[in-house]
Amino acid sequence: MKKIIGTETEFGIVLKGEGRTDAVTSSMFLVNSYPYSLSSAPLWDYENENPLLDARGFEADGERERPGAEYNKLLNKPLSNGGRYYVDGAHPEYSTPECSDPKELVLYEKAGERILELSVEFANRRKQGEGRFSVYKNNTDHKGNSYGYHENYLVDRSVSFEKLSSQLIPFLVTRQIFTGSGKVGSDVRSDFIPYQISQRADFFEVLIDLNTMVKRPIINTRDEPHADPKRFRRLHVIVGDANMSEITTYLKVGTMALVLTMIEEGREVSGVELDDAVRSIKDISRDLTVKEKVRLSRGVAWSAIEIQREYLSAAEAHFAQCADPITREILERWRKVLDQLEDDPRQLTREIDWVIKLDLIESYMQRHECGWKDSRVAMMDLQYHDVVSDKGLYYALERGNHVERFLTPEAILAAQAAPPEGTRAYFRGTCLKKFPKDVYAASWATVLFNTDNGVIKKVPLMDPFKGDKERVGPIIEKAKTVEELLSLLAG
Amino acid sequence: MSKQVRKGDKKKDTDKKEDVASNPEVTEKGKKLKEDMDKLMDEIDDVLEENAEEFVKNYVQKGGE
Repeated sequence: MKKIIGTETEFGIVLKGEGRTDAVTSSMFLVNSYPYSLSSAPLWDYENENPLLDARGFEADGERERPGAEYNKLLNKPLSNGGRYYVDGAHPEYSTPECSDPKELVLYEKAGERILELSVEFANRRKQGEGRFSVYKNNTDHKGNSYGYHENYLVDRSVSFEKLSSQLIPFLVTRQIFTGSGKVGSDVRSDFIPYQISQRADFFEVLIDLNTMVKRPIINTRDEPHADPKRFRRLHVIVGDANMSEITTYLKVGTMALVLTMIEEGREVSGVELDDAVRSIKDISRDLTVKEKVRLSRGVAWSAIEIQREYLSAAEAHFAQCADPITREILERWRKVLDQLEDDPRQLTREIDWVIKLDLIESYMQRHECGWKDSRVAMMDLQYHDVVSDKGLYYALERGNHVERFLTPEAILAAQAAPPEGTRAYFRGTCLKKFPKDVYAASWATVLFNTDNGVIKKVPLMDPFKGDKERVGPIIEKAKTVEELLSLLAG
Repeated sequence: MSKQVRKGDKKKDTDKKEDVASNPEVTEKGKKLKEDMDKLMDEIDDVLEENAEEFVKNYVQKGGE
Protein backbone atom coordinates (compact mmCIF):
# COMPACT_ATOMS: atom_id res chain seq x y z
CA MET A 1 0.00 0.00 0.00
CA LYS A 2 1.20 3.49 -0.77
CA LYS A 3 -1.11 6.22 0.48
CA ILE A 4 0.24 9.54 1.68
CA ILE A 5 -1.23 10.39 5.05
CA GLY A 6 -0.57 12.94 7.77
CA THR A 7 -2.48 14.01 10.86
CA GLU A 8 -2.67 17.24 12.84
CA THR A 9 -3.43 17.12 16.55
CA GLU A 10 -4.39 20.13 18.64
CA PHE A 11 -3.81 19.45 22.32
CA GLY A 12 -5.69 20.79 25.29
CA ILE A 13 -3.41 22.72 27.66
CA VAL A 14 -3.76 23.92 31.22
CA LEU A 15 -1.39 25.61 33.66
CA LYS A 16 -2.62 24.67 37.09
CA GLY A 17 -1.87 26.67 40.19
CA GLU A 18 -1.17 30.13 38.78
CA GLY A 19 -4.57 31.76 38.82
CA ARG A 20 -5.53 33.33 35.52
CA THR A 21 -3.35 32.16 32.67
CA ASP A 22 -3.44 32.83 28.98
CA ALA A 23 -3.65 29.81 26.69
CA VAL A 24 -1.67 31.43 23.86
CA THR A 25 1.23 32.32 26.20
CA SER A 26 1.10 28.83 27.74
CA SER A 27 1.12 27.15 24.32
CA MET A 28 4.05 29.26 23.19
CA PHE A 29 6.01 28.53 26.37
CA LEU A 30 5.36 24.82 25.94
CA VAL A 31 6.34 24.63 22.27
CA ASN A 32 9.53 26.59 23.00
CA SER A 33 10.38 24.20 25.83
CA TYR A 34 10.89 21.20 23.56
CA PRO A 35 14.57 20.40 24.12
CA TYR A 36 15.25 18.94 20.68
CA SER A 37 14.05 21.88 18.62
CA LEU A 38 16.61 22.91 16.03
CA SER A 39 18.70 25.65 17.62
CA SER A 40 18.99 27.43 14.29
CA ALA A 41 15.20 27.93 14.30
CA PRO A 42 14.21 27.98 10.66
CA LEU A 43 11.06 29.85 9.66
CA TRP A 44 7.84 28.25 8.56
CA ASP A 45 7.21 29.26 4.96
CA TYR A 46 3.59 30.43 4.65
CA GLU A 47 3.93 31.40 0.98
CA ASN A 48 1.93 28.50 -0.43
CA GLU A 49 -0.68 28.35 2.33
CA ASN A 50 -4.22 29.38 1.63
CA PRO A 51 -6.85 27.71 3.80
CA LEU A 52 -9.55 29.88 2.22
CA LEU A 53 -9.69 28.10 -1.13
CA ASP A 54 -12.86 26.03 -1.35
CA ALA A 55 -12.97 22.69 -3.16
CA ARG A 56 -16.33 23.71 -4.60
CA GLY A 57 -14.51 26.30 -6.70
CA PHE A 58 -14.31 29.68 -4.95
CA GLU A 59 -12.18 31.58 -2.45
CA ALA A 60 -13.67 32.68 0.85
CA ASP A 61 -13.03 36.10 2.42
CA GLY A 62 -10.67 36.25 5.35
CA GLU A 63 -7.14 37.02 6.39
CA ARG A 64 -4.26 34.75 5.51
CA GLU A 65 -1.75 34.11 8.24
CA ARG A 66 1.60 35.89 7.69
CA PRO A 67 3.50 36.38 10.97
CA GLY A 68 6.74 38.43 11.06
CA ALA A 69 10.07 36.59 11.30
CA GLU A 70 10.59 36.69 15.07
CA TYR A 71 7.01 35.75 15.84
CA ASN A 72 7.14 33.07 13.14
CA LYS A 73 10.05 31.44 14.98
CA LEU A 74 8.23 31.56 18.30
CA LEU A 75 5.19 29.88 16.80
CA ASN A 76 6.84 27.28 14.60
CA LYS A 77 9.27 24.43 15.19
CA PRO A 78 9.94 22.50 11.99
CA LEU A 79 11.16 19.08 13.16
CA SER A 80 13.94 16.87 11.90
CA ASN A 81 11.40 14.03 11.65
CA GLY A 82 9.79 16.08 8.88
CA GLY A 83 6.82 17.13 11.01
CA ARG A 84 5.78 20.50 12.38
CA TYR A 85 5.35 21.44 16.03
CA TYR A 86 3.66 24.81 16.51
CA VAL A 87 1.13 27.06 18.16
CA ASP A 88 -2.22 27.18 16.44
CA GLY A 89 -4.50 29.77 18.00
CA ALA A 90 -4.67 28.85 21.68
CA HIS A 91 -3.36 25.30 21.38
CA PRO A 92 -0.07 23.49 20.91
CA GLU A 93 -0.29 21.45 17.73
CA TYR A 94 1.73 18.64 16.20
CA SER A 95 1.54 17.68 12.54
CA THR A 96 3.09 14.38 11.60
CA PRO A 97 5.36 14.28 8.57
CA GLU A 98 3.85 12.85 5.41
CA CYS A 99 3.77 9.06 5.90
CA SER A 100 3.53 6.34 3.26
CA ASP A 101 1.05 4.02 4.94
CA PRO A 102 -1.31 3.81 7.94
CA LYS A 103 1.13 1.90 10.13
CA GLU A 104 3.86 4.47 9.68
CA LEU A 105 1.32 7.17 10.48
CA VAL A 106 0.54 5.57 13.84
CA LEU A 107 4.26 5.55 14.62
CA TYR A 108 4.68 9.26 13.88
CA GLU A 109 1.54 10.18 15.77
CA LYS A 110 2.84 8.34 18.83
CA ALA A 111 6.20 10.11 18.40
CA GLY A 112 4.21 13.35 18.63
CA GLU A 113 2.80 12.34 22.02
CA ARG A 114 6.35 11.89 23.28
CA ILE A 115 7.38 15.28 21.88
CA LEU A 116 4.55 16.88 23.85
CA GLU A 117 5.46 14.89 26.95
CA LEU A 118 9.07 16.05 26.83
CA SER A 119 7.89 19.62 26.31
CA VAL A 120 5.70 19.40 29.42
CA GLU A 121 8.57 18.03 31.45
CA PHE A 122 10.97 20.79 30.37
CA ALA A 123 8.34 23.53 30.57
CA ASN A 124 7.55 22.58 34.16
CA ARG A 125 11.25 22.58 34.97
CA ARG A 126 12.16 25.94 33.44
CA LYS A 127 9.11 27.94 34.46
CA GLN A 128 8.94 30.02 37.60
CA GLY A 129 6.21 29.74 40.21
CA GLU A 130 4.29 26.82 41.60
CA GLY A 131 2.10 26.09 38.63
CA ARG A 132 2.54 23.16 36.32
CA PHE A 133 1.38 22.29 32.83
CA SER A 134 -0.86 19.44 31.79
CA VAL A 135 -1.51 18.56 28.16
CA TYR A 136 -4.27 16.35 26.79
CA LYS A 137 -4.68 14.56 23.48
CA ASN A 138 -8.47 14.81 23.44
CA ASN A 139 -11.00 17.01 21.68
CA THR A 140 -13.27 18.69 24.22
CA ASP A 141 -13.27 20.65 27.47
CA HIS A 142 -16.77 19.28 28.18
CA LYS A 143 -18.09 22.83 28.19
CA GLY A 144 -18.92 23.13 24.53
CA ASN A 145 -15.43 23.94 23.24
CA SER A 146 -13.72 21.59 20.85
CA TYR A 147 -10.23 21.50 19.39
CA GLY A 148 -9.42 19.43 16.43
CA TYR A 149 -7.82 16.34 15.14
CA HIS A 150 -7.49 16.40 11.37
CA GLU A 151 -6.54 13.64 8.99
CA ASN A 152 -5.04 14.45 5.61
CA TYR A 153 -5.02 12.09 2.68
CA LEU A 154 -3.47 12.77 -0.69
CA VAL A 155 -6.10 12.05 -3.33
CA ASP A 156 -5.99 12.00 -7.10
CA ARG A 157 -7.33 15.34 -8.41
CA SER A 158 -9.28 13.58 -11.15
CA VAL A 159 -11.84 12.30 -8.62
CA SER A 160 -14.58 14.90 -8.32
CA PHE A 161 -15.17 16.46 -4.94
CA GLU A 162 -18.90 15.73 -5.17
CA LYS A 163 -18.19 12.05 -5.65
CA LEU A 164 -15.74 11.99 -2.76
CA SER A 165 -18.26 13.65 -0.44
CA SER A 166 -21.20 11.45 -1.33
CA GLN A 167 -19.11 8.29 -1.05
CA LEU A 168 -17.52 9.31 2.23
CA ILE A 169 -20.35 10.77 4.30
CA PRO A 170 -22.00 7.47 5.34
CA PHE A 171 -18.56 6.00 6.02
CA LEU A 172 -17.40 8.90 8.20
CA VAL A 173 -20.65 9.10 10.16
CA THR A 174 -20.61 5.39 11.04
CA ARG A 175 -16.90 4.65 11.51
CA GLN A 176 -16.98 6.14 15.04
CA ILE A 177 -18.15 2.75 16.36
CA PHE A 178 -14.52 1.68 16.08
CA THR A 179 -12.74 5.05 15.99
CA GLY A 180 -14.42 6.93 18.88
CA SER A 181 -12.36 7.90 21.91
CA GLY A 182 -15.35 7.93 24.27
CA LYS A 183 -16.71 10.84 26.29
CA VAL A 184 -18.39 11.19 29.65
CA GLY A 185 -21.57 13.24 29.18
CA SER A 186 -22.39 15.62 26.40
CA ASP A 187 -21.35 19.04 25.11
CA VAL A 188 -24.97 19.73 24.23
CA ARG A 189 -26.62 21.45 27.18
CA SER A 190 -29.71 19.87 28.69
CA ASP A 191 -28.73 16.53 27.24
CA PHE A 192 -27.79 14.33 30.17
CA ILE A 193 -26.25 11.10 29.01
CA PRO A 194 -23.66 9.23 31.05
CA TYR A 195 -21.31 8.30 28.23
CA GLN A 196 -21.04 8.42 24.46
CA ILE A 197 -18.81 6.90 21.79
CA SER A 198 -17.32 10.01 20.18
CA GLN A 199 -15.57 13.09 21.55
CA ARG A 200 -16.39 15.11 18.47
CA ALA A 201 -19.90 14.10 17.30
CA ASP A 202 -21.64 16.77 19.40
CA PHE A 203 -19.86 19.52 17.48
CA PHE A 204 -20.95 18.78 13.92
CA GLU A 205 -23.78 20.95 12.68
CA VAL A 206 -23.69 20.94 8.88
CA LEU A 207 -22.96 18.47 6.10
CA ILE A 208 -20.42 20.23 3.87
CA ASP A 209 -18.59 23.52 4.41
CA LEU A 210 -15.27 25.36 4.58
CA ASN A 211 -15.45 26.21 8.28
CA THR A 212 -13.54 24.30 10.92
CA MET A 213 -14.13 26.44 14.02
CA VAL A 214 -17.85 27.20 13.97
CA LYS A 215 -20.73 25.33 12.38
CA ARG A 216 -18.40 22.43 11.78
CA PRO A 217 -19.09 20.30 8.71
CA ILE A 218 -18.84 16.51 8.33
CA ILE A 219 -17.04 17.17 5.04
CA ASN A 220 -14.58 20.04 5.05
CA THR A 221 -14.04 21.70 1.68
CA ARG A 222 -10.65 23.30 2.31
CA ASP A 223 -8.74 22.96 -0.94
CA GLU A 224 -5.14 23.50 0.02
CA PRO A 225 -3.23 20.60 -1.49
CA HIS A 226 0.30 21.62 -0.38
CA ALA A 227 1.25 19.96 -3.66
CA ASP A 228 0.72 20.35 -7.39
CA PRO A 229 -2.97 21.35 -7.51
CA LYS A 230 -3.41 19.95 -11.01
CA ARG A 231 -2.56 16.43 -9.88
CA PHE A 232 -3.44 16.29 -6.22
CA ARG A 233 -6.08 17.07 -3.71
CA ARG A 234 -5.51 16.95 0.05
CA LEU A 235 -8.64 15.60 1.66
CA HIS A 236 -8.91 17.34 5.02
CA VAL A 237 -11.00 15.15 7.34
CA ILE A 238 -11.99 17.07 10.47
CA VAL A 239 -14.68 14.78 11.82
CA GLY A 240 -12.52 12.26 13.67
CA ASP A 241 -11.46 11.88 17.31
CA ALA A 242 -7.86 11.98 18.47
CA ASN A 243 -7.09 8.48 19.75
CA MET A 244 -4.74 7.08 22.34
CA SER A 245 -4.91 3.42 21.25
CA GLU A 246 -2.51 2.39 18.50
CA ILE A 247 -5.05 -0.11 17.20
CA THR A 248 -7.87 2.46 17.07
CA THR A 249 -5.65 4.95 15.21
CA TYR A 250 -4.52 2.23 12.82
CA LEU A 251 -8.08 1.20 12.04
CA LYS A 252 -9.19 4.81 11.65
CA VAL A 253 -6.59 5.82 9.07
CA GLY A 254 -6.26 2.32 7.58
CA THR A 255 -9.92 1.84 6.67
CA MET A 256 -10.06 5.42 5.36
CA ALA A 257 -7.02 4.80 3.15
CA LEU A 258 -8.66 1.69 1.68
CA VAL A 259 -11.97 3.44 1.05
CA LEU A 260 -10.22 6.37 -0.67
CA THR A 261 -8.16 4.05 -2.87
CA MET A 262 -11.35 2.26 -3.90
CA ILE A 263 -13.04 5.54 -4.83
CA GLU A 264 -9.96 6.66 -6.80
CA GLU A 265 -9.97 3.37 -8.67
CA GLY A 266 -13.62 3.68 -9.59
CA ARG A 267 -15.44 1.33 -7.21
CA GLU A 268 -18.55 2.81 -5.62
CA VAL A 269 -20.64 1.88 -2.62
CA SER A 270 -24.30 2.59 -3.24
CA GLY A 271 -27.55 2.46 -1.31
CA VAL A 272 -26.16 3.75 1.99
CA GLU A 273 -26.87 7.48 1.68
CA LEU A 274 -28.12 8.79 5.01
CA ASP A 275 -31.40 10.62 5.36
CA ASP A 276 -29.99 13.02 7.96
CA ALA A 277 -26.24 12.58 8.47
CA VAL A 278 -25.86 15.41 11.00
CA ARG A 279 -28.48 13.84 13.23
CA SER A 280 -27.22 10.31 12.69
CA ILE A 281 -23.67 11.13 13.75
CA LYS A 282 -25.01 12.18 17.17
CA ASP A 283 -27.49 9.30 17.44
CA ILE A 284 -24.82 6.71 16.67
CA SER A 285 -22.47 8.30 19.22
CA ARG A 286 -25.15 7.88 21.90
CA ASP A 287 -25.90 4.22 21.25
CA LEU A 288 -23.47 2.14 23.30
CA THR A 289 -25.17 -1.06 22.12
CA VAL A 290 -24.12 -0.16 18.56
CA LYS A 291 -27.32 -1.82 17.36
CA GLU A 292 -29.80 1.02 16.77
CA LYS A 293 -30.67 1.88 13.21
CA VAL A 294 -30.46 5.18 11.38
CA ARG A 295 -32.63 6.17 8.43
CA LEU A 296 -31.28 5.95 4.91
CA SER A 297 -32.48 8.19 2.07
CA ARG A 298 -34.15 5.25 0.36
CA GLY A 299 -36.50 4.85 3.30
CA VAL A 300 -35.10 1.87 5.17
CA ALA A 301 -33.18 1.93 8.46
CA TRP A 302 -29.76 0.37 8.92
CA SER A 303 -27.33 0.07 11.82
CA ALA A 304 -23.86 1.62 11.70
CA ILE A 305 -22.44 -1.91 11.53
CA GLU A 306 -24.56 -2.74 8.49
CA ILE A 307 -23.41 0.41 6.71
CA GLN A 308 -19.77 -0.32 7.56
CA ARG A 309 -20.21 -3.86 6.22
CA GLU A 310 -21.18 -2.44 2.83
CA TYR A 311 -17.85 -0.61 2.68
CA LEU A 312 -15.98 -3.63 3.99
CA SER A 313 -17.54 -5.98 1.39
CA ALA A 314 -16.69 -3.55 -1.40
CA ALA A 315 -13.11 -3.30 -0.10
CA GLU A 316 -12.75 -7.09 0.21
CA ALA A 317 -13.89 -7.47 -3.39
CA HIS A 318 -11.77 -4.59 -4.62
CA PHE A 319 -8.58 -5.77 -2.93
CA ALA A 320 -9.22 -9.50 -3.43
CA GLN A 321 -6.06 -9.90 -5.53
CA CYS A 322 -3.95 -7.52 -3.47
CA ALA A 323 -1.20 -9.25 -1.49
CA ASP A 324 0.10 -6.14 0.27
CA PRO A 325 0.43 -7.18 3.94
CA ILE A 326 -0.88 -3.90 5.38
CA THR A 327 -3.95 -3.98 3.14
CA ARG A 328 -4.62 -7.59 4.17
CA GLU A 329 -4.12 -6.78 7.86
CA ILE A 330 -6.48 -3.80 7.77
CA LEU A 331 -9.18 -5.82 5.99
CA GLU A 332 -8.83 -8.58 8.56
CA ARG A 333 -8.95 -6.21 11.53
CA TRP A 334 -11.87 -4.29 10.03
CA ARG A 335 -13.93 -7.46 9.63
CA LYS A 336 -13.01 -8.66 13.11
CA VAL A 337 -13.88 -5.40 14.81
CA LEU A 338 -17.30 -5.31 13.12
CA ASP A 339 -17.96 -8.93 14.13
CA GLN A 340 -16.98 -8.19 17.70
CA LEU A 341 -19.06 -5.02 17.83
CA GLU A 342 -22.03 -6.99 16.60
CA ASP A 343 -21.50 -9.81 19.07
CA ASP A 344 -20.61 -7.68 22.10
CA PRO A 345 -18.63 -4.40 22.02
CA ARG A 346 -17.19 -5.28 25.45
CA GLN A 347 -14.84 -7.71 23.74
CA LEU A 348 -12.85 -4.71 22.54
CA THR A 349 -11.45 -3.59 25.89
CA ARG A 350 -7.90 -3.96 24.58
CA GLU A 351 -8.31 -2.36 21.18
CA ILE A 352 -10.88 0.41 20.85
CA ASP A 353 -10.55 3.62 22.86
CA TRP A 354 -14.22 4.21 23.67
CA VAL A 355 -14.59 0.65 24.99
CA ILE A 356 -11.25 0.72 26.84
CA LYS A 357 -12.19 3.97 28.59
CA LEU A 358 -15.75 2.87 29.36
CA ASP A 359 -14.57 -0.37 30.91
CA LEU A 360 -11.91 1.40 32.95
CA ILE A 361 -14.38 3.96 34.31
CA GLU A 362 -16.97 1.33 35.15
CA SER A 363 -14.41 -0.72 37.04
CA TYR A 364 -13.43 2.38 38.97
CA MET A 365 -17.05 3.27 39.75
CA GLN A 366 -17.63 -0.26 40.97
CA ARG A 367 -14.65 -0.12 43.28
CA HIS A 368 -15.48 3.28 44.74
CA GLU A 369 -19.24 2.85 44.57
CA CYS A 370 -19.65 6.14 42.78
CA GLY A 371 -21.72 7.22 39.78
CA TRP A 372 -21.30 8.99 36.46
CA LYS A 373 -21.70 12.43 37.99
CA ASP A 374 -18.76 11.96 40.37
CA SER A 375 -16.04 14.48 39.51
CA ARG A 376 -13.39 11.72 39.68
CA VAL A 377 -15.14 10.11 36.71
CA ALA A 378 -14.96 13.35 34.73
CA MET A 379 -11.31 13.60 35.73
CA MET A 380 -10.64 10.08 34.47
CA ASP A 381 -12.23 10.97 31.15
CA LEU A 382 -9.76 13.83 30.79
CA GLN A 383 -6.73 12.13 32.29
CA TYR A 384 -7.09 9.11 30.00
CA HIS A 385 -5.64 11.51 27.39
CA ASP A 386 -2.83 13.04 29.49
CA VAL A 387 0.37 12.91 27.42
CA VAL A 388 2.65 12.50 30.44
CA SER A 389 3.38 8.79 30.82
CA ASP A 390 3.19 8.58 34.60
CA LYS A 391 -0.06 10.57 34.74
CA GLY A 392 -1.94 9.47 31.64
CA LEU A 393 -4.42 6.68 32.37
CA TYR A 394 -4.04 5.23 28.89
CA TYR A 395 -0.34 4.79 29.56
CA ALA A 396 -1.09 3.10 32.88
CA LEU A 397 -3.15 0.56 30.93
CA GLU A 398 -0.27 0.16 28.51
CA ARG A 399 2.22 -0.48 31.30
CA GLY A 400 -0.01 -3.13 32.86
CA ASN A 401 -0.42 -4.83 29.46
CA HIS A 402 -4.16 -4.14 29.51
CA VAL A 403 -4.19 -2.84 25.92
CA GLU A 404 -2.93 -4.17 22.61
CA ARG A 405 -0.11 -2.37 20.85
CA PHE A 406 2.30 -3.04 18.01
CA LEU A 407 4.93 -0.29 18.30
CA THR A 408 8.10 -0.53 20.37
CA PRO A 409 9.33 2.36 22.56
CA GLU A 410 12.61 2.27 20.59
CA ALA A 411 10.83 2.82 17.27
CA ILE A 412 8.78 5.68 18.75
CA LEU A 413 11.94 7.30 20.11
CA ALA A 414 13.67 7.07 16.73
CA ALA A 415 10.63 8.59 14.98
CA GLN A 416 10.94 11.74 17.07
CA ALA A 417 14.14 12.60 15.20
CA ALA A 418 14.25 10.69 11.91
CA PRO A 419 11.82 11.23 9.02
CA PRO A 420 9.82 8.60 7.13
CA GLU A 421 11.81 7.37 4.14
CA GLY A 422 9.13 7.09 1.47
CA THR A 423 7.91 10.68 1.03
CA ARG A 424 9.21 14.25 0.63
CA ALA A 425 9.33 14.43 4.44
CA TYR A 426 12.63 12.61 4.05
CA PHE A 427 14.17 15.53 2.14
CA ARG A 428 12.75 18.14 4.53
CA GLY A 429 13.75 16.31 7.72
CA THR A 430 17.17 15.19 6.54
CA CYS A 431 18.12 18.68 5.31
CA LEU A 432 16.99 20.19 8.61
CA LYS A 433 19.19 17.71 10.41
CA LYS A 434 22.26 17.87 8.17
CA PHE A 435 22.26 21.61 7.38
CA PRO A 436 20.51 23.15 10.38
CA LYS A 437 22.12 26.56 9.97
CA ASP A 438 21.52 26.74 6.25
CA VAL A 439 17.81 26.08 6.13
CA TYR A 440 16.14 29.48 6.04
CA ALA A 441 12.57 28.16 6.03
CA ALA A 442 10.54 25.04 5.42
CA SER A 443 6.94 24.13 4.68
CA TRP A 444 5.05 21.13 3.35
CA ALA A 445 5.88 22.01 -0.24
CA THR A 446 9.21 23.87 0.05
CA VAL A 447 12.61 23.96 1.67
CA LEU A 448 14.45 27.31 1.41
CA PHE A 449 18.22 27.50 1.83
CA ASN A 450 20.57 30.36 2.70
CA THR A 451 23.40 30.30 0.18
CA ASP A 452 26.93 31.75 0.25
CA ASN A 453 26.18 34.93 -1.67
CA GLY A 454 23.22 35.80 0.53
CA VAL A 455 20.61 34.58 -1.92
CA ILE A 456 17.81 32.39 -0.63
CA LYS A 457 17.20 29.42 -2.90
CA LYS A 458 13.96 27.48 -2.87
CA VAL A 459 13.62 23.77 -3.51
CA PRO A 460 10.00 23.07 -4.37
CA LEU A 461 8.48 19.79 -3.18
CA MET A 462 5.26 19.83 -5.15
CA ASP A 463 5.12 16.05 -5.49
CA PRO A 464 4.77 14.42 -2.04
CA PHE A 465 6.02 11.09 -3.41
CA LYS A 466 9.35 12.60 -4.45
CA GLY A 467 12.15 13.72 -2.16
CA ASP A 468 12.11 10.22 -0.69
CA LYS A 469 15.21 8.39 0.49
CA GLU A 470 15.59 6.31 -2.64
CA ARG A 471 15.68 9.39 -4.89
CA VAL A 472 17.52 11.97 -2.77
CA GLY A 473 19.24 9.94 -0.05
CA PRO A 474 22.52 9.44 -1.94
CA ILE A 475 22.58 13.11 -3.02
CA ILE A 476 22.11 14.47 0.49
CA GLU A 477 24.71 12.05 1.77
CA LYS A 478 27.23 13.08 -0.87
CA ALA A 479 26.77 16.85 -0.46
CA LYS A 480 29.09 18.46 2.06
CA THR A 481 27.59 21.91 1.76
CA VAL A 482 24.25 23.37 0.74
CA GLU A 483 25.85 24.73 -2.44
CA GLU A 484 26.91 21.22 -3.33
CA LEU A 485 23.47 19.90 -2.53
CA LEU A 486 21.76 22.47 -4.73
CA SER A 487 24.16 21.86 -7.58
CA LEU A 488 23.72 18.07 -7.31
CA LEU A 489 19.93 18.50 -7.28
CA ALA A 490 20.08 20.76 -10.34
CA GLY A 491 22.40 18.34 -12.15
CA MET B 1 -8.97 -4.99 33.09
CA SER B 2 -12.31 -5.51 34.71
CA LYS B 3 -13.65 -7.09 31.57
CA GLN B 4 -11.04 -9.78 31.88
CA VAL B 5 -12.02 -10.26 35.48
CA ARG B 6 -15.64 -10.42 34.44
CA LYS B 7 -14.76 -12.84 31.69
CA GLY B 8 -13.15 -15.03 34.34
CA ASP B 9 -16.23 -14.75 36.51
CA LYS B 10 -18.48 -15.70 33.65
CA LYS B 11 -16.43 -18.77 33.04
CA LYS B 12 -16.88 -19.85 36.61
CA ASP B 13 -20.63 -19.54 36.22
CA THR B 14 -20.86 -21.54 33.05
CA ASP B 15 -18.21 -24.15 33.62
CA LYS B 16 -18.74 -26.92 36.07
CA LYS B 17 -17.69 -25.54 39.40
CA GLU B 18 -15.60 -28.50 40.45
CA ASP B 19 -13.65 -28.30 37.16
CA VAL B 20 -12.60 -24.79 37.93
CA ALA B 21 -11.79 -25.56 41.50
CA SER B 22 -9.72 -28.55 40.49
CA ASN B 23 -7.93 -26.76 37.68
CA PRO B 24 -5.14 -24.80 39.34
CA GLU B 25 -4.21 -23.12 36.05
CA VAL B 26 -7.63 -21.47 35.72
CA THR B 27 -7.73 -20.46 39.36
CA GLU B 28 -4.24 -19.07 39.08
CA LYS B 29 -5.15 -17.08 35.97
CA GLY B 30 -8.25 -15.63 37.60
CA LYS B 31 -6.22 -14.68 40.64
CA LYS B 32 -3.60 -13.01 38.46
CA LEU B 33 -6.27 -11.00 36.62
CA LYS B 34 -7.80 -9.86 39.88
CA GLU B 35 -4.37 -8.83 41.15
CA ASP B 36 -3.61 -6.94 37.94
CA MET B 37 -6.92 -5.16 38.19
CA ASP B 38 -6.37 -4.20 41.82
CA LYS B 39 -2.93 -2.93 40.95
CA LEU B 40 -4.33 -0.80 38.13
CA MET B 41 -7.06 0.66 40.34
CA ASP B 42 -4.49 1.50 43.02
CA GLU B 43 -2.36 3.19 40.39
CA ILE B 44 -5.30 5.29 39.22
CA ASP B 45 -6.05 6.35 42.78
CA ASP B 46 -2.40 7.40 43.09
CA VAL B 47 -2.14 9.44 39.89
CA LEU B 48 -5.62 10.92 39.57
CA GLU B 49 -5.47 14.70 40.02
CA GLU B 50 -6.34 15.82 43.51
CA ASN B 51 -9.34 18.11 43.82
CA ALA B 52 -10.85 16.55 40.72
CA GLU B 53 -13.95 18.69 41.03
CA GLU B 54 -12.04 21.95 40.87
CA PHE B 55 -9.65 20.72 38.21
CA VAL B 56 -12.44 19.66 35.89
CA LYS B 57 -14.40 22.85 36.54
CA ASN B 58 -11.40 24.99 35.65
CA TYR B 59 -10.53 23.06 32.54
CA VAL B 60 -11.78 25.51 29.92
CA GLN B 61 -10.29 25.65 26.44
CA LYS B 62 -10.69 27.99 23.53
CA GLY B 63 -12.26 26.34 20.52
CA GLY B 64 -9.55 25.52 18.05
CA GLU B 65 -8.82 24.25 14.53
